[in-house]
Amino acid sequence: MKLRSLHHTSKLEFYFPDYSTALQLPYIDAGISAGFPSPADDFIELSIDLNKALIKNKDTTFFAKVKGHSMKNAGINDGDLLVIDRSLEPQNNKIAVCQIDGEFTVKRIKIEKEVVWLIAENENYQPIKVTSENDFIIWGIVINAIKFF
Amino acid sequence: MFALVDCNNFYASCQRAFEPHLRNKPVVILSNNDGCVIARSNEAKALGIPMGAPAFEYKQLFEANQVFVYSSNYALYGDMSSRVMNILTRYSPEIEVYSIDEAFLKFKGFDLFDLQQIGLDMQRTVTKGTGIPVSIGFAPTKALAKVANKIAKKYPERTQSVYFIDQEEKRIKALKWTKIADVWGIGRKHAKRLQAKNVFNAYQFTLLSDEWVRKELSVVGLRLKHELEGKPTLDLEGPKSKKTIATTRSFEKAMTKQEDLSERVTTFTASCSEKLRKQNSHCNMIMVFVQTNYFRKDQPQYSRSIIINTDFPTNSTIELNHYAQIGLKAIFREGYHYKKAGVVVMGLTPNHETQLSLFNSSNPKHQPLMGVIDKMNSSYGTNKVKFANQSLGRQWKMKQENLSKCYTTRIDEIINIKL
Repeated sequence: MKLRSLHHTSKLEFYFPDYSTALQLPYIDAGISAGFPSPADDFIELSIDLNKALIKNKDTTFFAKVKGHSMKNAGINDGDLLVIDRSLEPQNNKIAVCQIDGEFTVKRIKIEKEVVWLIAENENYQPIKVTSENDFIIWGIVINAIKFF
Repeated sequence: MFALVDCNNFYASCQRAFEPHLRNKPVVILSNNDGCVIARSNEAKALGIPMGAPAFEYKQLFEANQVFVYSSNYALYGDMSSRVMNILTRYSPEIEVYSIDEAFLKFKGFDLFDLQQIGLDMQRTVTKGTGIPVSIGFAPTKALAKVANKIAKKYPERTQSVYFIDQEEKRIKALKWTKIADVWGIGRKHAKRLQAKNVFNAYQFTLLSDEWVRKELSVVGLRLKHELEGKPTLDLEGPKSKKTIATTRSFEKAMTKQEDLSERVTTFTASCSEKLRKQNSHCNMIMVFVQTNYFRKDQPQYSRSIIINTDFPTNSTIELNHYAQIGLKAIFREGYHYKKAGVVVMGLTPNHETQLSLFNSSNPKHQPLMGVIDKMNSSYGTNKVKFANQSLGRQWKMKQENLSKCYTTRIDEIINIKL
């Protein structure tokens, strides 16, 4: 009997967003100048909620971690955390999470009449041609990539 | 008009949403401790794997047919369920979450809208946005919506997974199609008795006399008959089925403070736990929801629910309240006038079938304590013995950190990435 760990595939790992710890950081709207008495205190009323900034539709947003280098020229590197919105319609040139023949992948999509092209952002990878022969689904659209330094 | 939205093979669909290689493959989900089969994909059903099949007996069949076998992951199912339910609340302000994978929506005053279009949009939005395929049945009554849903599920291509029973011919045809044993609320015992009276489908049931039905199936059966005739007798409510136990209330005066809601949630949880103990069940999930008053258009609106996976099956008020408070904390937002809140316990299992987990289990001391409390309350009057929701002590608070399994454990992984 095979018990498989969840959401681990060869290229992507999935995570759930957690909104329980909304962390609001003060956003100072007055520039930063050294040596000058700061008027910034008066502006600290604005704040940034990263959940709000990064996630538009919370019920359809999923996170995934990238493994691999095929999208490096788009600024997506191994280990990045992708924010994916499944509710968005696929459009040309969007970066999408796709399911192709039972595997997840992340590529830039180009939609033509009969075929969809999955285009890597790395010279070493050829575009993948998707036809009706393939078992293919555009799973979601990547809206952000978060990097950890 | 009522709509019943039901997720297709919910647990299997949750797994599939994240594992593309499972498409069109047989999938089964096992109960806690991998005891028996509690959910099956269509492909697994086709292999003749019955509900409740003991895993060890079917091991060979699983292997021979390359069945994908999963332990249940209620954290995942709970999260996916809240996503589906939250999307549904966009379509109608009146919603009854009937179980983890079903909800009734009431469409009152939608006469000028194209419900067909709304239904198709709802079906598509949920299925696309969450990856969980849903079927929707529309009808003038809840019982007929159940029937319409079955048709939508059975014929996804022809119906586009949305079916309406909105004409008399359609109603009769649908009822003739529905076997009496499959009618919502007709148990096995009643089905047998009805079959003995030559009632084999739902249509024949509606032809019986009101008197006979009331006498033999009580007023509940009579209500069902009226529902199937297209006369609405059931309204949305807090679910009372065996699948879930709910305690929900509208407040006389809107509440704005978290402490006030917290007190309510404790009280609702105590009531749910007591009901659980009364019917000798444990639960492994608890849902908490809060909502503002939809009729006060002048006030900002907010409505949110959360399902929390308890680490072990329990019916202890103390333990369930611990989880309920975590849930409330997560969904409560300042600045709203809350009109309604509720607690629903789900994933019920009978006491004698409770699966123990290896590292965590219900505190055995609670069992006799709860017994004494229930006894005192029944002899001295309801709520004579109460729980002070401030007295949870440090030990409980410490445990919170272990609770959000999915996220905290994984964010650690994210930080420790090898570049």
